[in-house]
Amino acid sequence: MKCSPLVRTAIIVLALTLAGGSTAIAGSLRITGSGASFPFPIYSTWFKIYSRAHKGVIIDYQSKGSGAGIRDFINHTVDFAASDAAMNDSEIAQVKEGVQLLPMIAGEIVLSYNLEGVPELRLPREVYPAIFLGKITRWNDPAIVKANPGVTMPDLPITVVRRADSSGTTFVFTTHLSAISPAWKNGPGIGKTVNWPSSSRLVAAPKNDGVAATIRQTPGAIGYIEYGFAKMAKLPMVLLQNRAGRYIRPSIKSGQAALAHARIPADMRVWLPDPEGDDSYPIVTYTWMLFYKNYKDERKAEILRDLVRFCLHDGQKLADRLGYIPLPANVVKVVEKASQNIH
Amino acid sequence: MKATPDFTRNLTEPRALKSFILSTLTVACTLLACVPLFSVLYVLVIRGGKRFSLELFTALPPTALDTGGGIGNAIVGTLVMVGIASLIAVPFGILAAIFLAEFGQDTRIATIARFSAKTMTGIPSILAGVFAYAAVVMVTGTYSAVAGGIALSLLMLPTVMLTAEESIRMVPRIMREAAVGMGCTPSQVMWKVTLPAAMPGMITGVMLAVARAAGETAPLLFTALFSDYWIFQGGAGDLMEPTASLAVLIYNFSGMPFENQIELAWAASLVLVLMVLFLNITSRLISQRKR
Amino acid sequence: MASPETDRKAGAGGSICRPPTAADRLADRVFRGLTCAFAWLTLLLIGYIVWRIGGTALPAMKRLGIGFLTGTTWDPNQQKYGILPEIWGTLYSSLLALSIGGFFGVAIAIFLSEDFLPDRIRVVLKATVELLAAIPSVVYGLWGIYILIPMIRPLANWLHVHLGWLPFFSTSLTGPGMFPAALVLSIMILPTVAAISQDALGAIPARTREAAFGLGATRWETILRVLLPTASRGIFSALVLGFGRALGETMALAMLIGNSNRLTLSLFSPADTLAALLALNFPEASNLEVGVLMYAAVILLTITLLVNIAGEMIISFSARPGGGRS
Repeated sequence: MKCSPLVRTAIIVLALTLAGGSTAIAGSLRITGSGASFPFPIYSTWFKIYSRAHKGVIIDYQSKGSGAGIRDFINHTVDFAASDAAMNDSEIAQVKEGVQLLPMIAGEIVLSYNLEGVPELRLPREVYPAIFLGKITRWNDPAIVKANPGVTMPDLPITVVRRADSSGTTFVFTTHLSAISPAWKNGPGIGKTVNWPSSSRLVAAPKNDGVAATIRQTPGAIGYIEYGFAKMAKLPMVLLQNRAGRYIRPSIKSGQAALAHARIPADMRVWLPDPEGDDSYPIVTYTWMLFYKNYKDERKAEILRDLVRFCLHDGQKLADRLGYIPLPANVVKVVEKASQNIH
Repeated sequence: MKATPDFTRNLTEPRALKSFILSTLTVACTLLACVPLFSVLYVLVIRGGKRFSLELFTALPPTALDTGGGIGNAIVGTLVMVGIASLIAVPFGILAAIFLAEFGQDTRIATIARFSAKTMTGIPSILAGVFAYAAVVMVTGTYSAVAGGIALSLLMLPTVMLTAEESIRMVPRIMREAAVGMGCTPSQVMWKVTLPAAMPGMITGVMLAVARAAGETAPLLFTALFSDYWIFQGGAGDLMEPTASLAVLIYNFSGMPFENQIELAWAASLVLVLMVLFLNITSRLISQRKR
Repeated sequence: MASPETDRKAGAGGSICRPPTAADRLADRVFRGLTCAFAWLTLLLIGYIVWRIGGTALPAMKRLGIGFLTGTTWDPNQQKYGILPEIWGTLYSSLLALSIGGFFGVAIAIFLSEDFLPDRIRVVLKATVELLAAIPSVVYGLWGIYILIPMIRPLANWLHVHLGWLPFFSTSLTGPGMFPAALVLSIMILPTVAAISQDALGAIPARTREAAFGLGATRWETILRVLLPTASRGIFSALVLGFGRALGETMALAMLIGNSNRLTLSLFSPADTLAALLALNFPEASNLEVGVLMYAAVILLTITLLVNIAGEMIISFSARPGGGRS
């Protein structure tokens, strides 16, 4: 009895070694990636489907944040990375093999709220920056009431919920706010974390789910989250006034309308802080994967090129169901061509 | 003074009354403290219990569109990494504790080492991860179970060490003196008398440390990353490959908008708690049998 | 190492008493040397960690200087960093949690170790309490958001309306804030405090208790004047570990404290802690910001050290009367 744990451990160790050894002979290739959390649901789905279809290839992707992904990429602890804010020039300069950025999918950021008896809420362009700046503090503020005729706005203080963690979502949202509001641009400005106004009515929660949960539990709350998340979590979404002055409901269609107005430059870094077009939803963004231009292992590069091809064609078909905006056809072409730079 | 003292409890006497009131208060405090504790457990069982099936333990995590799926690889990964962490932290912690409590009792180095350990208790889990990232991941060039284990061992060490020291100190001196009197060397006293007597306390410490390590996300996210596959599936590298863990799975899945994943996150939390319960009970049974 | 083997031989040797052999002595020296080496290793380890973190933090330390500790804005855009609100929030939340969790933890320990209950129930309860340490932080966070905050909202509003002139209740509860965070934190440290204190109390020889009873002490006189002072070292280290956990706890706090860098006494206002700041900003930080975050980590380690020194001093002062009594 006394030695049974020992025996058991021995058996387990033996079995594990054997298992390890046998697959080693099969010679499978493992490719690791890390980075942005925003596209994690769709990336992990793509990679699992791809790994299942290709024997001997294992692709692991982990969401730890764009910044951490870029650090991993620079430190060569991963084979590829993903980022919501692309990569800046000084970061690219640190990678001697060269960097190929590829936009892989796009998304929208929406405002969700918690107001009983208000199933549809419209917010004008000058109002929602003011709410996030703490200038408009009550739901029955005349500016809000005016934009929502026929709706009785409750006499409640507005609790603003923001992302507590430094995130690409905040970056995209603040980029948009800076584009439409000078007060925001000269105040908090653009960033993954910004200096938010100090107020006891402004709370922060980590990640999308934290923000969503806090909105749900706080009467009178409003906050920004990703479209896919709000859709799956069935949170009400605000209709935002776009550049053309129309109130647009967040959807795949209104997102694609916005993307249609962007031209992709050679370095693949493109932002749409305030898209044109009558039917464009105002807050959209691409998200990128980062590859080295030269891989030591030729087979790895080949698989990565094939993977990109898969994501751009079969992969995009999954976007709708997961709450992302598929890339427009012309963008797919450009990206596929650029993917040939991966060697 | 009475001739025959009255031994029955008499609540009109202030001392007895005080004792009675304090007892009642303690019971009340315990019950009050148990309310949130059991509330957390209840939520866990209600929300995590419904996914309990064989699939949970044998299947790989699902993709966003899948139904079903399990957490098998994360369970194995957590066991492996907590195992590595314990292999480092438990001998390290207990040996250092023996020095602090016994051989080097009042030496300066013991005092400084104790302070070091106490300072280490306040290291936020993410720092352990950052540190192991710099010291192991950057050096080996890959995320791995070994790096994860090392990061967790940093979190376990102070708890193991400080509780072990305390339980060794609480062993009555006469027991040791008796052993010395029979001709034992100090080391023999330690092995044969003190350590067995201090065992329950040390197990408590190890269990608390294991419990904490098993549930920590941040250090693993920076060292072991995660994997959607079995730990020994990738081949060659074995322990030197990215490895799944329950904590990271819970962190990821609880943040997803899909019901399937959220349910799995709760189920994984429950599995984690049950694993610790199982370890706790087994280790106590083994230590009792040995005595 | 070698000594169990020699022990077994001694056991087979008939007589119980015998002087140690040369091999025993050698084994003894090796073993003692080993324990000493590991004590040194602890030192080296923390030294290495501090050196590593300090090294990364150095550029930020030089640039920001002491102003980092007194600044109240965190604005990566303008390269302005200050962590006074986080230092305050860390200390405030941990001390609140320690006073609540510590009190209840010791109460549970007394309840579980001083024959209030039959043995069997005691063992089960102890295992349950220890197992609560295994519940992942995220789960505590979710529990806090969905169950605790709605539960305390009416109480918080009542306190704000009726006792709003006290600085503690000066703002109304938004949702996440200091109070729910400190409550959840105290629940999280409860298992550590309770389990270790219980062991410390349980390790007191029965004779000590019997002697006190024999002198005519009531149960509580025994507990307060004899048992607690005797176990004070153990209870203290339980509190130290609990406090350390509170200082370093991240996810649950990040979900519940509201993460707003405000300097306030109000229990219902959002606040922030150093650990949460670190964990939430690190994944996206640029190299420059990593240095700043590591500076914050150095401060957190210093706080832990100072609090432990302070605790040690309090214990050594208060131990004197207790020691005199027994």
